[in-house]
Amino acid sequence: MKRPSLGAILLGLIPFAATCFSVALWDRIYPMVLGLPFNFFWLALWLFLTPLCMWGAYRFERTTDDPNDEGGAH
Amino acid sequence: MTPSIIALTVICIIVVIGSLLGFLARFHHEMDLEQWTVGGRGFGLVLVWLLMAGEIYTTFTFLGASGWAYLKGGPVLYVLGYAPLMYVVSFYLLPPIWEVGRKHGLQTQADFFELRYGSKYLAAFVALVGVVFLIPYLQIQLTGLGLIVEVASFGGIHRTPAMIIGFSLVAGFVFVGGIRGVAWVSIVKDVLMVISVLLIGLAVPHIYFGGIGNMFAALASAKPAHLIMPGSTRNLGHAWYITSVFITALGFYMWPQYFACAFTAKSGNILRRNAAIMPLYGIMMTLVLIVGFSAVLVMPGIRDSNLVLLAIVRKTFPSWLLGVIGGAAALTAMVPAAIQLLSGATLYAKNLFRPIFAPNMTDQQVAKVAKIMVVVLTLGALVFAIYTSPTLVDLLLLGYAGVTQLFPGVALGLFSKRVTTAGVFAGVVTGISVAAVLMLTGHDPYDGLNAGFIALAFNFVVTGVVSLLTPARVAGFDETLPALASSPPGTP
Repeated sequence: MKRPSLGAILLGLIPFAATCFSVALWDRIYPMVLGLPFNFFWLALWLFLTPLCMWGAYRFERTTDDPNDEGGAH
Repeated sequence: MTPSIIALTVICIIVVIGSLLGFLARFHHEMDLEQWTVGGRGFGLVLVWLLMAGEIYTTFTFLGASGWAYLKGGPVLYVLGYAPLMYVVSFYLLPPIWEVGRKHGLQTQADFFELRYGSKYLAAFVALVGVVFLIPYLQIQLTGLGLIVEVASFGGIHRTPAMIIGFSLVAGFVFVGGIRGVAWVSIVKDVLMVISVLLIGLAVPHIYFGGIGNMFAALASAKPAHLIMPGSTRNLGHAWYITSVFITALGFYMWPQYFACAFTAKSGNILRRNAAIMPLYGIMMTLVLIVGFSAVLVMPGIRDSNLVLLAIVRKTFPSWLLGVIGGAAALTAMVPAAIQLLSGATLYAKNLFRPIFAPNMTDQQVAKVAKIMVVVLTLGALVFAIYTSPTLVDLLLLGYAGVTQLFPGVALGLFSKRVTTAGVFAGVVTGISVAAVLMLTGHDPYDGLNAGFIALAFNFVVTGVVSLLTPARVAGFDETLPALASSPPGTP
């Protein structure tokens, strides 16, 4: 199969870096933000930022034919 | 009317309405195998979204996650960690799987392995892995359903009859409506679940603490250690978090039912856009966790942590509302169970029974065997759920660690020609063995690492080494599809 483009892969790695590998940096209670402990707030924030990254990746990866086209032949 | 009768009546009405939709879905659609298993590959963004959301938020996430927030504290955040990341992984995996699926009429995960690796034995083995690890997952849904009715009836109705009735309905609409039926039941389930979660997630902290901020402030001063890792556990620290999030994000779409979801979409772009927006659905999880954290100070001393969410709802709200929330929770058990049944049955009939025992069967006969298998799996899971219970969580964790071992075969198989049948076979066997040994001997986490992660690492190494030692196969979808393999990157 065609592999995803480098740009799309890098955009997908951002949420992994921010919410998975970096846990030691943000797993703390203070400062509380919007009434949430910092670790909780940080992960909740990435529920919104991840779609932004993936929307960027989508612009790299989407196939050019009409997505609702039944045939969709390349 | 006693509170329990009101609550149970509301639950019944919700479950019956949901199930009716599932039965009615067959109208206007001829139910052949293709329509029954993958909805004729005609689902748009909304139905794919409903189907994926419908099956991913199972009763275990609903009841289990709030229970973990209550019992373990900080480590429960891994749920918020993996929720967006599994969609990130799906963004890269599902569209190419969909593409091969459409070209070759694939319906199951094992179909994919058979096409890529050209071995019906590997396909049958993958199907077996899928069916075996689905059974504990089905049991979880059943037990959740039983718990809901038991709590809503204030202990008046034992969980066994509730499980039998609920699962008969599930088997019924799967039998009649297939995947389309399940998608329609998902609509009712999603609407009710969103309303219920918003309501309890905002109301519970407001009623007891005057708001979410006050609740966390109170918890942070009373039990600060509970809010960070390892929380109220000794061994679920940062290394466990990273390995657990990582393996769940990679492994999630290896569950055969989630994998097969890719085949229902109308286009690859629908799956990509779906992957981009699905993380927003995780907001529901933050509210579920908030309810669990609230319960720490409001209702200390609950022994069965799975009951925490329902117990605080019962304590806080009038009984009709307990009924609505219980009904939503019951559907969150029934919808995923329906998809698990459908996938398990199709896998067994199509990839295990036909190729190994009855190669001359027609698609119609396969559909019949699959429908019989729906009944068999339902009965099997019922028997397990009624006669065993204490090790369900262990079984689920084992199931996760098990299906995740299919990841190298799928991901490397899609993007590399060098991976061989023998490599994947050896890798999966190694991975499942390592996971089983570590988990069944009580070594999960092992040295602070998720046991499934260790198993996956062994799996990757064995898959790679054996693949390099065996000749690559000159077939599979790349070579049979030169046009597809050489198609230019369609970037605008």
